[in-house]
Amino acid sequence: MSSGKTKNNVLIVSVLVTLFCIYNFIIYTSKDRAQPIMLSTEAIQGQQLWQKNNCWACHQTYGLGGYLGPDLTNVFSAPNKGPAYIKAFLNSGVKSMPKFNFTEDEKEALVIFLKYLDSTGYYPNYKADFKPTGWVELKYKNED
Amino acid sequence: MKTKTAELFLATALLALLLGVLFGLFAALQYIIPDFLKDYIPFNKMRPFHVTTVISWIVLCATGSIYFFITRIEKLRLFSPNLAKTHFIIFMLTGIGIYVSFLTGEMEGREYLAYTPILTIPIVLAWILFGVNYFKTVVKKVTNWPIYYWMWGTGIVFMIYHLCEAHFWLFPYFREHFIKDISIQWKSYGSFVGSWNMLVYGTAVYVMSKIKGDINFAQGKIVFFFYFLGLTNLMFGWAHHTYIIPTQPWIRYVAYGISMTEWIVLAYIIYSWKKSLSKENKQQYPMAYKFLVAADFWVLLNLIVALFISIPAINFFTHGTHITVAHSMGTTIGINTTILLASVLFIVSKINSRYNTNQFLIKKGYLLFNVSLFLFWCSLLVAGIKKSHWMYFTEEVLFSEMQNSLYYIYIAFFVFGIGIATSIVMLSIPLLKALFRSIKAD
Repeated sequence: MSSGKTKNNVLIVSVLVTLFCIYNFIIYTSKDRAQPIMLSTEAIQGQQLWQKNNCWACHQTYGLGGYLGPDLTNVFSAPNKGPAYIKAFLNSGVKSMPKFNFTEDEKEALVIFLKYLDSTGYYPNYKADFKPTGWVELKYKNED
Repeated sequence: MKTKTAELFLATALLALLLGVLFGLFAALQYIIPDFLKDYIPFNKMRPFHVTTVISWIVLCATGSIYFFITRIEKLRLFSPNLAKTHFIIFMLTGIGIYVSFLTGEMEGREYLAYTPILTIPIVLAWILFGVNYFKTVVKKVTNWPIYYWMWGTGIVFMIYHLCEAHFWLFPYFREHFIKDISIQWKSYGSFVGSWNMLVYGTAVYVMSKIKGDINFAQGKIVFFFYFLGLTNLMFGWAHHTYIIPTQPWIRYVAYGISMTEWIVLAYIIYSWKKSLSKENKQQYPMAYKFLVAADFWVLLNLIVALFISIPAINFFTHGTHITVAHSMGTTIGINTTILLASVLFIVSKINSRYNTNQFLIKKGYLLFNVSLFLFWCSLLVAGIKKSHWMYFTEEVLFSEMQNSLYYIYIAFFVFGIGIATSIVMLSIPLLKALFRSIKAD
């Protein structure tokens, strides 16, 4: 490989890196497709509790996370579930779930976080539209 | 590098592999016996122990291999052996810090990087030191870089960037917008894996070119074409992890297009190398060769799964199920671990040319490893199909009922996991002995 080829390789990498920078800038600054409720101070506190206790190890949001427990994206609005159901589970220590000792305020913060999460979209997205190209058109919250 | 930093990285990597597999078995056992160790190390702590330790295996082994190759085989003078030692010491101290973070429950991080985020600072610092040492060693010292130098350099640079990007959530601007936040989190994870793949695949190409005894293999137009394709995937292909997240549709369109090219990269490289290899080359490094052939097999199996699950209409049903786990286990164990074990076998042969890598334990370990992993992989696929069926084609069936219905599959998953763990012990112990002998020598 001559130094000319090396220059070509450097040029290709430079083009890709430039495209990558533009792509990142657009991703970082683009607006969300749906307009969820705002993440309040309580919801952020709930999110911090979620992370501190590594809830993602067992639970999923949008199908991302561990598979020992159920997905919780829409647990807030699911039929027969909701805030009371969530709070009842939190300190239950049922099956593999650790026996947490959340205070009432902490339980409330987690419920507010899950309420916020629920407002961002659907999972599973039962009303998604399948296209012949293999594409799937998702149903968004603000399309209700 | 006259110091033994490369061997220290490699020996620590093998110890991490053994420990990581042990944590994995304990975690798998909690699927069968929910109360197992629950009061001491519940699943939310056991899983990060497992995940972090096996990622450490990949990173440490690839790093040790690179240090070894550039200094001991290519005979380049390392820019700074002290930087390499510092790199190793920082990784070890941070590793201890991460374990303490998990044990004490200070896990403010996120999935895969669950430790307290402050520990990312020394990790990024160590990668920067590695980058400085690597580029200062090879730039201007090596002309007409073969592909592996590009891949290693790319892996190091993007690892630094994506480790930082994975922590953007610390800034309120990102955290306050959940969809953007979770998208960037998974963007960084996808590219994080792409970065270590650059290190691992670079190692694979290096070992292949050395077994073949022909550097031209690593300088051809085709390998460079595939390198650029791989780099494009690293940068833009991440969103197939997040098809289901309600992001802007264009992000998913781009990912769909680019993901379709994934995996062909390495499969083609190994296939063309294998075809052009003489019998003598194969006999010189028999076990390293066998492991690379096994990697080829695993690439093909995972290629099929990866291509299917990159199609949004199929991904819709496989996302959030064990099929995704089969894909990640197939790639991290089947491809990455197989390549890295080939690398360690090659290195051990280089350290001691009389060392018999074709010994009983390694030969039988190789067989057990591949058979157990195949059955383990199949059990995950079956579990994923059953979970997907539960999600989309059943009504009024509780999550706990679905989990109970998977009980026997989880037992199979655990038993095959024991097979993998046993084979890894059989493979690692002789290699560790050889590495420790080398560390003690001189």
